[in-house]
Parts: sequence; structure tokens; C-alpha cells
Amino acid sequence: MARCSAQENSLKEILPENTLRTRVAQTQVSREVRPAPGRYRNEIAKYIIRRNDDCIRCGKCVELCPRGVHVDKPGYKYFAEPKLDRCIGPACEKTDHYCVAQCPQSALRMVENPMMKVLGDCRWPADMILATWKMAETGDVPAEEFGLEHECGATGGGFDRLRFKFPDKPPVKLSPDEIDTSIELNKRDDGRPRITIDVPWYGGGMSFGSVSNVTQLSKARAAVAWNTFTCTGEGGYMERMRPFDDHVITQVATGLFGVREETIQRVPIVEFKYAQGAKPGLGGHLLGDKNTIAVSRMREAVLGISLFSPFPFHSVYSIEDHMKHLDWIKHLNPRALLSTKVSTPTDVDMVAVGSYAAGTHIVHIDGGYGGTGAAPDIAKKNIAMPIEYAIGRVHRFLEAEGARDKVTLIASGGIRVAQDMAKAIALGADGVVVGTSELVALGCVRCSRCESGRGCPRGIATTDAVLATKMDIEWGTQRLINLYNAWYKELVEILMRFGMRSVKELRGRTDLLMHLDYSNDVKAKS
Amino acid sequence: MPEKYHIKTEPVPPRRPRIGKFGVVDWREDCARCHNCVKKVCVYNRYRDEAEYIRSLKSVDALYFDCMGCFSCIQNCTKGLLGLSVNPVFEGLGNSYWTPQIIQTTWMQAETAKIPVSGAGYKGPHAGPGFDSMWTDMSEIVRPTRDGIHGREYISTAVDIGRKPSHLSFDDGQLVGDDSPLICLQMPLIFDLPSPVHALPDLEPVLVETAARTDLIALVDSARWPVDGIDLERHLPHVGFYLNPSAPELPGELLSQTRFVEIPDGEDAIARVQEIKQQHPHLVVAIRVALDGQGVKRAIELSSCDGIEVIHTAADLNGNEIGAKDPRFIKDMIRDIHTALIDNGKRDEITLICGGGIALPEHMAKAVICGADLISVNLPLLIAMECRLCSSCDKSMTCPAELEDIDLTYGVGRTTNLVAAWHDQLIELMGAMGMREARRLRGDVGRAMFFEDLEEESFGTLFGTRK
Repeated sequence: MARCSAQENSLKEILPENTLRTRVAQTQVSREVRPAPGRYRNEIAKYIIRRNDDCIRCGKCVELCPRGVHVDKPGYKYFAEPKLDRCIGPACEKTDHYCVAQCPQSALRMVENPMMKVLGDCRWPADMILATWKMAETGDVPAEEFGLEHECGATGGGFDRLRFKFPDKPPVKLSPDEIDTSIELNKRDDGRPRITIDVPWYGGGMSFGSVSNVTQLSKARAAVAWNTFTCTGEGGYMERMRPFDDHVITQVATGLFGVREETIQRVPIVEFKYAQGAKPGLGGHLLGDKNTIAVSRMREAVLGISLFSPFPFHSVYSIEDHMKHLDWIKHLNPRALLSTKVSTPTDVDMVAVGSYAAGTHIVHIDGGYGGTGAAPDIAKKNIAMPIEYAIGRVHRFLEAEGARDKVTLIASGGIRVAQDMAKAIALGADGVVVGTSELVALGCVRCSRCESGRGCPRGIATTDAVLATKMDIEWGTQRLINLYNAWYKELVEILMRFGMRSVKELRGRTDLLMHLDYSNDVKAKS
Repeated sequence: MPEKYHIKTEPVPPRRPRIGKFGVVDWREDCARCHNCVKKVCVYNRYRDEAEYIRSLKSVDALYFDCMGCFSCIQNCTKGLLGLSVNPVFEGLGNSYWTPQIIQTTWMQAETAKIPVSGAGYKGPHAGPGFDSMWTDMSEIVRPTRDGIHGREYISTAVDIGRKPSHLSFDDGQLVGDDSPLICLQMPLIFDLPSPVHALPDLEPVLVETAARTDLIALVDSARWPVDGIDLERHLPHVGFYLNPSAPELPGELLSQTRFVEIPDGEDAIARVQEIKQQHPHLVVAIRVALDGQGVKRAIELSSCDGIEVIHTAADLNGNEIGAKDPRFIKDMIRDIHTALIDNGKRDEITLICGGGIALPEHMAKAVICGADLISVNLPLLIAMECRLCSSCDKSMTCPAELEDIDLTYGVGRTTNLVAAWHDQLIELMGAMGMREARRLRGDVGRAMFFEDLEEESFGTLFGTRK
């Protein structure tokens, strides 16, 4: 790899010599939105057009449909499979190009796809999955006429029962260009770099092992494009990630898999993972089948055995011990910001303040309903509180302790869509971490089979060499860039409706929220 | 340290075809015969397995549903012929409380003895009724042992049944006073009497053998004694007799070899306890109290009577107050009884066993957190043997799980596996909480978070009154 020459002068003073010596040129990735259609022959669609034998292949449906649902390939005897994911369903009935009504032979019939009942779950209903796919394909929020409910899931609580109280008219008329969605990650005046990311989110830690190298690299490239971050997870640092070092958070978790001083020195942010939302109170799980040669080498572990990280850090018994951890990293990498990732126990507020006191720059709270990798079902459902409860609690406690403006609060664990992100910020977070949304954008159907065997049959969360080839890096990168763009647009839209110039103004504005299960008669306090 | 509690397990495959959640619908008549068949490349080999299954069928009495629901074949089929649907047989399993998911996960645990693990995060509702309205706590720093939950030091899930003296008395250096017997069980779990609404075959030999292997206790109705194949010396310490008033009295020598008996509640219950204790002072005696409209009150009342050491409360099969129009759930009833026992200064003198609606291992932990010393189960053990809770037995129809032909090895293997999986999951929860002693978990509601409290603290102050 080529040695980097430019832009490094400013780093010379703070980067250790050996890191400078091995640093590689950083890759740039364009933020441009380009179409990235799904990678399967038959995209799952909300509506199905059925064609019966009365069709005389007059071609009227092809002529009529502005979206190109019907495909008549010259030289073929029959119509090709329709592009059903482009069909807007019942919303088309009111138009003058509704194929079903205008078919001269009445040979077409529209029905809701019965597979909508099979796809997804109440956290990620089928509509939300399809809408995320659309965003990843087009870079935009799906048009209302598609009828895809993507702002809320159907869990019956948390974010799904919170709504924004938008004013009838924005108090200030703003254009999208005037809106600032960036957040600062270092709020301490401690001489370390003031890192700003362009959007209030970054990619969650998914290790190589839990996901494929293609997935990790796609995430990293998207992070570069959007000037934000991705995280290695606890499975070590792939050499192929090095051209993206400046947008990588490396994780130091309890298993210390692949953690070396050299990897810590590469990055601008180091994350201590004390716990994670998928399995709060338990260490990371990588089942034996996914511990392939490449994974075991990177983790410096025995091939084929299940890798259960211990819980918690066995060198930490107190906040003072935690401080020593942070000091170790600070000493190793003088330019790094420190993030502390914890889950959401009863005393999450105390934990957050303790982490701040120990010197962390970012407190990352990961709610009990999050996670992407293998986890015991009993842990996913039952341990630790959902993130919606934890954010406000931590935000208020940090405020009360006078520390709120000196630490960045990042929330994760159930942030599925841009609306969830905005609600999390309104509840008190500075920004969020996303994980599952990225995987869905890459084609995940949430079948939950990522944990064992050859892993994900769709090539996302797998280390199987054959399965991993089902996805390519360019496509994966573009899907994530597009998804981020759609989220960005949605966030800008929300801020514009409130007349806010910056996402920072939204933080802690619970007065802008209402809850569908409450009387909502508490006097607003901004 | 005492020997680590370990349950020996081995996989016990189901006798009947698995009932998976998904099935692929295949419209074969439109097949293009393209020879790129997506069925060949199923990552899970399900199509091949299905073909083999069909070849092996002697009679078509069950279809093959073991699709993993990954959509790969559906999305890659050249002609788009395949569709995924939810298996209607799966949807028909159980009932609104004992959901198909609960039944399926119980089957999986009974087969493998493993903790169910999956990817992609939690997929269920935000909260729910009953036990789903509470979460257990975790600790970021406190660990239960120095070397992990499966390390050399172990988390003790042992609990006691019986009266514990409130203080120790000595006379001339010698311990005097209350010498009530105390039974130590390795898990906060006993096997309850079979469900009254499931007219089941004689499963006592299976349950008693499983209790012996897992070092637990199985309640056996004295009306169903003797149990086939019983080895008195090995099995009796693990048999708890339910002394059915309508059954002949059990011989004293039999009772002398067991440790635990239970009697139904009634006007003479207290006198009956005293009588039994007089005849068999080594026995721990429980009174079974039905949690009907008067159940909680009665349990509290009994607990204040002298000589009462164990109360076994039983809600209905779904954990609800029996016969009530607007029933309370067992979780809330346990908390009421537990709190009253504390208020009366009786908590350590009374063992509270709670049954009804305990369907998953987290229910065991949550019931203990709410105040139970241990819980009793019956339906999960049946489900382990592939019962579908279809209630056909209640209508005298053929059992689809063929429970009437249960083989002892199979039944014991499946139920033992289930107990082992529950034990491991209890350890997972306790490990996350930073606890290494199940006895200390009892009534420790500080180790849990309740929906109502979290909502009020987080949203009540912001949004007013919850509707």
C-alpha cells in the first residue's frame, strides 16, 4: 500500500512514529446518489399484479404504466416477470393509468402480496423493510403513494407511540441548504481533536466474523462518503479497512480479539465496549461455524471454536479502573477520542456520569432491544431497559450534574428509521448509532439466521467465502450512501418544519413530542 | 466448594416431523424447467431434506415445514413461482398465552438442551402483559464470579424449601431450638401435578425419573401411586406426594423415605399439617392454595399461622387469577403475598412456591424476583414431549403428539434437556445481573424494571397521565 504524504503534517506531532510510518493513503468516496436496485431477480413487493390467460398481449398495460411495472421483451412469447416493486398499488386506482381498470380484456388483477404477512416482524414490519430497500435503491424517502408506512413500527410502545408535534407552518422559512445536521463528538476542552461528523449518526460495531468483509468495507466506504464513522466491532481490524482509518472507530471489548496497540493508534476514535444491547450483561458471541480461518487469524483464536467474550472487563471493578483503561488508550493514541459503550441498566444514568468523570468523550448507551449479531433470545427480550427510557434519564442526569455540554451522548438499540433518530435526539441524545438499518439496506430480511452455520444466506452476516460473494462492495457502498441520503433528507425536512437551523437545537426538545398513550396535557417546557 | 451442579444431556430428536413457522408455496405448473433451480442451492438443503422426508413417509400425516424463511429461493426463482407463507399448523399451536413461539422454542430446548440463540435483534413487541411487562437488570461492572458465568467458580441456583429459623439459639454452646427440615434444591423449580384439563396418559414415571436426574422434586398425586418402574431408594427423595384426600393414605414407610408432601387447602389444613409433622417430623409440608379471588388473602392468612412452612400457590394455566372476571396476573399476586409476608415478619419462615403461567425460563427468574422462592411447572414438561396444547386429549381424540406411546428414554431425555436449558438461561440472567446466588434473588425487585415505573419516570413527567 502506498505511503501517505499529504495532509499528515498536522498529525506528525500527535501520532506515534510507528503509526505514521505504516499509515496508508486514505480513500475518498463520493457522496453522490446513484440508483442501486435490489440484487435479486424477484424483488419483494407490497402488491402483486396477476395476469390471467385472457391476456392478448396488446401491450396497453406497458404503454400505460409510467413506472415500467409491466415488461414486454421483444422476441419473447410472454410478458416477462413484472417489476412489482415499482407498483404503487391501490394509490394507482385514482389515476388515468391504472392498468387493472384499463385492460381491455380485464386480464389483470391486483392483490396485496400475501408474503407481506411473512416478511418482517412488529419491530421491523414489512412496510418498513420495503421502504428501507427503496431508500437504499433511490436515495430518497419512498413516495407516499407507495403506501409504505416507514416512520413507525408496530411494537405498541417506545418510539412507535411517540410523534412529533409539528407546527402548522414553520416558524421560520428555511431552505435545506441552511440546515446544519452536523454534530461534534469532542465536547471536552482537552486538547484532543474536535471531530465533527456531517450527520448525527454513525455505523455500529459489527465485527468481521459476525458480518462479511464486504459488509464491513461497504459500511466504511459509506462512512467516508458521509464524513461519519463506522466501527470495527470486537473482531479485530481488517487490513483492508486501512484506507478508511480516518473514519473508523476501533472497539476494545472484553475479549480483546485482534486488539493491538498498532490498531488503536490507527484511528481517531476508540470505543470501549462494556456491554451491548443485543445481549446486555453477556459477552459477545460468535458461534463456532462462523469462526473460519480468516476470522480465527484476525482474532488470534482457535479455528472453529465458539468465541464467547467474557463479561464484563475483568480488569474493571470501578470507575477508577475504567479511568485507567481510558488513560491507557489516551497514552497510546494522543489524537484519539474515547467512547464508552454501555447498555441500559437501572443505573444507566450513574454509569454515564461515571464514564464522563473517567474522561470519556462519548457516552454510547445501547438499549436492550438492539443488536445485529448472535444473542441468546432470553437476553434480547428481557435484560436491560429499552433505549427510549434510557435516553431522557441519562440526558437529565448529565444536565443535573453539569456535565451535559461536556460529553456527547449517543443512543442505539432500536434506531430503525430517520424518525427514530430524530425522536432519540429530541429525547436528549446528541446522535445515534445505526446497525440493523444498514443490514436491511443491504438486503437483510431479518430471518435471524445470521448466528450459526454458514451464516446469512443473503451474504451479509456471513464469513463463508461463497456466500460473501453474493454482494459486491460497490453495490453495498452505494446502497448505504443512498440510505444515508434518504435519512439526511428526512432529518432536514423535520428540522425545516420546526424552523431549526441545526440538529443541535433539537436535542432534548421533548416539548416537541407527544405520546399517543398519554394525556399530553403537561405544560410544555423547552 | 461443593460440586458444581451439572445436568447431563444429549440431543433427543423429535418423534414427529418438526412444525416450522414457514412453508414455501410452489406453483409448479408454470415452471420454466430452466435447470437453474434455486432449490438446489438452498443454503439449508431444505428441498433435499423435504424430498427425503416424503420418500420416507409411510402415511401422509404431516407435511414438511422446516424452511428458514430467508427468501433466497423466492427471490431468485427464474419464473418467480415460489412464495413464502406461514405454516397454518404452526399458527394453530397452543393458544393466546402459550404462543406458537413458546411451543417451538420449548421443543428446540427439549431436543438440544441448548439456549436458543438467534441473530438480528429482538423482534417482539415493546412490552406486553404479564411477565412481558418487566425487564431484568444488568450490571456494567459487577460480575458474579471472577472467571465468567461458566468458569471455575459457579453461580448457585440452589434454593431451600422449608422453614428457616429467624435466629439461632445456643445452650451451653450447643445449638438448640427449631430443627425443622430444610430441602435444598439445585434450581428454583419443582414439577407440578399434571394439568387438570389435559387428560394425559401416565407420565409420572418420566417426570419422577427426570426429577431424580436433575436433583429436583416431582409432585405425584397419591391417587396415582404406585408409579410404574419406581426405584424406591433412588426415586423417593425426588417425589413430593400430593396427599389427595380422596385417595387411600400412603403407607408411613413410604413417607419416611420422601422429603416433601403437599396437602390441599381447606378448613382443616393447619391441623393436617401439624398431624403430618407429628407423625413424620422429617417431612416438609406444603399447603396448596388455589389463586382464585380469595387466594392471595388466604395465602397471607395461612402464612401467619404457626407451624406453616410452605405455601404452594397455583394460578390457572395462563397465570391468571382463577375464575376472576378481571383476573390479576401471577406476577402481581406473588408481589402482594411476598410483601405481606415481609410486613408480617414471616418472609424467611415461609417458603413460597408459585405455579401457573410459567412458560419460559425468564418467567422463573421474574417470578423469583417478584417474591417466589421457587416455581412449579407442568405444561412446559408436556410441551417438551411434543405436546401442542391442542386439547384433543380433553375431547378424547387421538393425540397428534402420540403422548400415549411415550418411551421413557425419550421422555426423560426431552424433559431433562429442557430443565438443563432453563438452568443455563437462569444463569445467563443472573450473570448479567451480577448475582451468584439464587436465594438472594428472591424478592429483589431492585434487580428488575417494571413497565409501569419506567413509563411513569420516563414519559409520565413529559406527557401527563397514561390513558
